[in-house]
Amino acid sequence: MRVAIITFPGSNCDYDCYKAVTDVLGGEARFIWHRETELGPCDLVILPGGFSYGDYLRAGAIARFSPILAAVQQFAADGGYVLGVCNGFQVLCEAGMLPGALVRNRSLQFQGERVRVRVENADTAFTRVYHSGQVVRLHIAHGLGAYVADAPTLDRLEADARVVFRYVDERGAASDAGNANGSMRNIAGIINETGNVLGLMPHPERSVEALLGSTDGLGLFESLRRAAEGTVGVAQAVGRPDWEAGV
Amino acid sequence: MERTGTVATAGPAPRPGDPDITPELVAEHGLSPDEYARIVELLGRTPTHTELGVFSALWSEHCGYKNSKPLLKTLPTEAPWVLQGPGENAGVIDIGDGFAVAFKIESHNHPSAVEPYQGAATGVGGILRDVFTMGARPIAVLDSLRFGSLARPRVRYLVAGVVKGIGDYGNCVGIPNLGGEIFFDDAYEGNPIVNAMAVGLMRKEELIRGVASGPGNPIIAVGARTGRDGIHGATFASEELSEKSEARRPQVQVGDPFTEKLLLEASLELIRSGHIVGIQDMGAAGLASSSSEMAVRAGTGVDIDVAHMPTREGGMTPYEILLSESQERMLVVARAGHENDVKHILEKWELEAAVIGQVTDDGLYRVRENGVPVCEIPGERLVECPTYVREARESEEVQRLRAWLPADEHFVSARQHPLRVLLRLLSSPDIASRRWVYNQYDSTVRTNTVIGPGGDAGVLRVRGSNKGIAVTTDCNGRYVYLDPYRGAQIAMAEAARNIACVGARPRAITNNLNFGNPLKPEVYFQMREAVRGMGDACRAFETPVVSGNVSLYNESPTGAIYPTPVIGMVGVLEDVRKRVIDALQSPGDRLVLLGRNTDELGASEYLKVVHALVAGTPPAVQLAAEKALQETLIELAEARLLSAAHDCSEGGLAVALAEMCFGQGHEGVAGIDVELVDTIEPAPLLFGEAQGRAVVACTEEGLERVLKVASARGVAATVIGTVTDFAALTPGKGEGPRFRLRTRGATIDTATADLAEVWRTAIPRLMDRALTEH
Repeated sequence: MRVAIITFPGSNCDYDCYKAVTDVLGGEARFIWHRETELGPCDLVILPGGFSYGDYLRAGAIARFSPILAAVQQFAADGGYVLGVCNGFQVLCEAGMLPGALVRNRSLQFQGERVRVRVENADTAFTRVYHSGQVVRLHIAHGLGAYVADAPTLDRLEADARVVFRYVDERGAASDAGNANGSMRNIAGIINETGNVLGLMPHPERSVEALLGSTDGLGLFESLRRAAEGTVGVAQAVGRPDWEAGV
Repeated sequence: MERTGTVATAGPAPRPGDPDITPELVAEHGLSPDEYARIVELLGRTPTHTELGVFSALWSEHCGYKNSKPLLKTLPTEAPWVLQGPGENAGVIDIGDGFAVAFKIESHNHPSAVEPYQGAATGVGGILRDVFTMGARPIAVLDSLRFGSLARPRVRYLVAGVVKGIGDYGNCVGIPNLGGEIFFDDAYEGNPIVNAMAVGLMRKEELIRGVASGPGNPIIAVGARTGRDGIHGATFASEELSEKSEARRPQVQVGDPFTEKLLLEASLELIRSGHIVGIQDMGAAGLASSSSEMAVRAGTGVDIDVAHMPTREGGMTPYEILLSESQERMLVVARAGHENDVKHILEKWELEAAVIGQVTDDGLYRVRENGVPVCEIPGERLVECPTYVREARESEEVQRLRAWLPADEHFVSARQHPLRVLLRLLSSPDIASRRWVYNQYDSTVRTNTVIGPGGDAGVLRVRGSNKGIAVTTDCNGRYVYLDPYRGAQIAMAEAARNIACVGARPRAITNNLNFGNPLKPEVYFQMREAVRGMGDACRAFETPVVSGNVSLYNESPTGAIYPTPVIGMVGVLEDVRKRVIDALQSPGDRLVLLGRNTDELGASEYLKVVHALVAGTPPAVQLAAEKALQETLIELAEARLLSAAHDCSEGGLAVALAEMCFGQGHEGVAGIDVELVDTIEPAPLLFGEAQGRAVVACTEEGLERVLKVASARGVAATVIGTVTDFAALTPGKGEGPRFRLRTRGATIDTATADLAEVWRTAIPRLMDRALTEH
């Protein structure tokens, strides 16, 4: 799998995505500087977490105008896979590639913690090795992560099964108590109409090694690898990196 | 002091518009008449206003260590693994496999007292720059905080602002927060403590220093433009807080973490490019201190023209430009002829750079304005800040408090209501879960965090090796107040126990000496004794001091703070996969107490919380026994015999056991059944803070080996109980695993979930109160 990771000056999860792709998945990854205009050959574009241009205005509000974003939009229009994590999700919303917006957390505080997220739709290129209803543990680290959209948009997302991840409680229920940041309908991640652009606030790249506490995020990368390699459809257990062997 | 009328025969002429140098002006600059006389003698003439400003900053306590240097010199600073000791931007140790770790702690107490958000944020910014200017990529931040009582709205405002400031800055730059401490006591009411520690990782060969070497090499200012903010911040940091301090708010700098992130990436790229010979943060006392220190370290001189310095506003005087503490600025000395290569790298990161002068070989610190000299000082004189040994005398009140002995009434509550006492301790903000604080920090970015905040020590893996780095900060100011020598030793002992509990070997420390006004004999006594205690412990533990910071004049109208010499310790795990957590999760595991219980109760959290007493002698500490305990913990971890380990500190054995039951990352609760067979009264046995103790858990099969390892090292090991069960999901009230702790004359038997609930919610409940509510 060849992955292009877009690096804005304030990106700070670019390296984490790079390591997840290369060290853990054995894929190829390249950093693409925000001022570039070409992506080059790739199977997946990742918009990583961070603070793109400082985000003093509104998260992702300036990044959407960056030179590379036109190339990302064209790539997506051509059917390429685009994954936006955290700030990347905010950029995708600002750029109109996904509906809705991300606003200040209900707590009014930055939240850095591990939360429970339920896979709502395992029939996407991003989630195929999970099963629908599976609860995974992922880290969040954001101040502006509460998903909002108008009611018709939310209804359409639900009707099209485009809500891919939802925050849930200890018992797997999408309750108010399980809603990590006050997102509407507990939404943690959504996908576009054509199923090739996914944005989510939790960080799957932080949960790919048992040494660091969880491998629950690996399924997302593994799904994409299979999608990229055309081996889609074989839902099987996600391979766990064997840290005991020094990976 | 007579007005010095001598007209300098050499040196710059006064700049038009400069004020006359009067005794009042000298005093405003924080210089004593004697110090001023010395300046005149060193120069052989009256200083210009600009020169006076430069001397005032560099001879402040913050930059010149004038009241602490003779004490600091007694601390050990060397070991075979120390690559860089004190005196540089940060200390550096060799951790093997070609890697080195740079680290330092620094205070931002006074700015945070008047502007908590920016004060704390810029504290993080400054300490990060100190680390990456050594060539290291920052990999962790820790914060050591002290405030007054959370019952006061003003304190809650300060806590909220400081935590948000630390979080917003570190989160944006993308450096995980790995832990720290927060304590609350009236002693810090008017003068909080905000210390930030940064840890960086590099390949050994990437180490670079803050030197201006090579006459003819260009000096380049990099990063944010210089404004009028923070002028005389270093002097502000070196005076007592008072009602007038609010007026100092404009001297608090404003942070821009986005620019910091750019500066970080650009600096590391510059260092690795080979185009530069030296780099330094423009921190306290800004350009004045960074340029003069770089020259003195290299034994060279500098010739700078402030007219070339990029400024935010017009009309800034040389005085203002030299002393501005505008944030996110660096000073770089490039190789001659490589100016454009340097600029090219900075342009990529959208940073400004300007050549402002060059290195000279005459040893002179020369500053010009449009070519006209405004400051000419022999460089080494500038950093020859006069140092003082002050009068030391222990406070009689402290002697009286220390002589206090518990009476029968101080034992009754623990005998009759041990559960109620435990609940009160678990809900004390000094013991309760700190999750409200560290959840506002990103602790997992950079994907190296093996143990995050909330454990005994934070642990990071080192990519490209099997190693791990363990980090902690520790200090109980109440102990140091009641007995400075012993208190500082305990701070060291606790830091080392925390490091050893996760399985790492303590390697070196950075220290932040937070004290009151050193001109008060009682305060100087605390400083002298605390440094002596710290030094003895550093030698015993083989953990030299490689960097540090001194923050004095921590006083407010209500008096001096508790003396708080914060220890930031770094340890190394040879194999990070062998790290040990503090949470019990495996039913059937046996619990073993390492070390001995004592009947000590003095200076404890129990006395403070239950009896409203700050009194008695802090617990005795035996450095050799502590070292043996550390070695035992490390050996047990390396042999993979432990499923959990936790140090005994504030709140004693009962609190340590309870904390072990509260789940890793607050997830789940464990049940235990423990019986303490001892003749000691329940109060000291359960809640006393005897040193040299840790609780470990191991399997039944491993138990014999655990006992053997401890015994071979002369460490008492007692099997005290068993892990009965573990619930992954937190049970309802009164349900699930039970916490059973029995001793002669007292029994605690309750649902662990109920203890956990109190411990987890205490600080959020206090912080959620409105800012107007008392």
